[in-house]
Amino acid sequence: MTITSVIGALIMGFGAIFLFLGAFGILRLPDVYNRLQAGTKCTTLGAFCTIVGVGIAQPDWIFKALIVAVFVLLTNPISAHALARASYKSAVPLYDGTVVDKCREFGECEEVGGAAGASESDAGGEE
Amino acid sequence: MGKHLSRYVATAVTLFCLWLLLTSTSNVQEVLAGAVLALLVAALGYKGFTRRGLGIFSPRRLAHLLIYLPVFFWEMIKANFDVAYRVVHPRMPIRPGIVAVKTELKTDIGKLFLANSITLTPGTLTLEVQGEYLFIHWINVKDEDVERASELIAGRFEKHLKAICE
Repeated sequence: MTITSVIGALIMGFGAIFLFLGAFGILRLPDVYNRLQAGTKCTTLGAFCTIVGVGIAQPDWIFKALIVAVFVLLTNPISAHALARASYKSAVPLYDGTVVDKCREFGECEEVGGAAGASESDAGGEE
Repeated sequence: MGKHLSRYVATAVTLFCLWLLLTSTSNVQEVLAGAVLALLVAALGYKGFTRRGLGIFSPRRLAHLLIYLPVFFWEMIKANFDVAYRVVHPRMPIRPGIVAVKTELKTDIGKLFLANSITLTPGTLTLEVQGEYLFIHWINVKDEDVERASELIAGRFEKHLKAICE
């Protein structure tokens, strides 16, 4: 039981708590976009802390752990952005309490499917 | 031609450093194999990696990166406590909305890093990027105005990212 393994275990525990809170947020929040907020932030920091914690507890693995952690840090927000953008474009409704939708005001994020059914017909179909 | 060589060398150096970190060994044979592979892969893919060449390793940019990283990590930890507070609070104090943010960054890579940073900071998620506007899903809208929202959301990062990416 050395000091590095104690620090590593503490960091891993910190990450595990945030992973749990992210899962809890996915259950509690009302719509896709709010759920993605909880899912992205908590899983990114949770996974980052867990992996770096393993690296600190086992110093041989620190560089590999850091590379995996940085990879998660760079790719996780991009996947969240892709999911949110795809949901918006296929007309997944926003939560009732939503106060403002600049995306519609600016008219730049055109929806692909109709409001009734999010069909997946591509743009070349009707033009 | 000189520009291409510079881009090629920058890609190869980056790949070789990645190999050294991944294997974390000082065995001569493995380091040589890594060097050969880095040169080969860089020849295949350097066009997609960087337009600037060896300029990406300039000391000024690395210094700004070193200032930017602690700011970013601090915002990320704050973001997680923010989400934890909203999720655990019995009445769930959320006021979601989509706001527009105007950015001064011109390059694609700058916009990518700004969007990533915004996604990982308290209560914001990048939904769409169109030209100089970013559309952000904000879990607790404090200001609907474009200018002030830009300052609140992107102001913290833009200064450093401008120095790093442009």
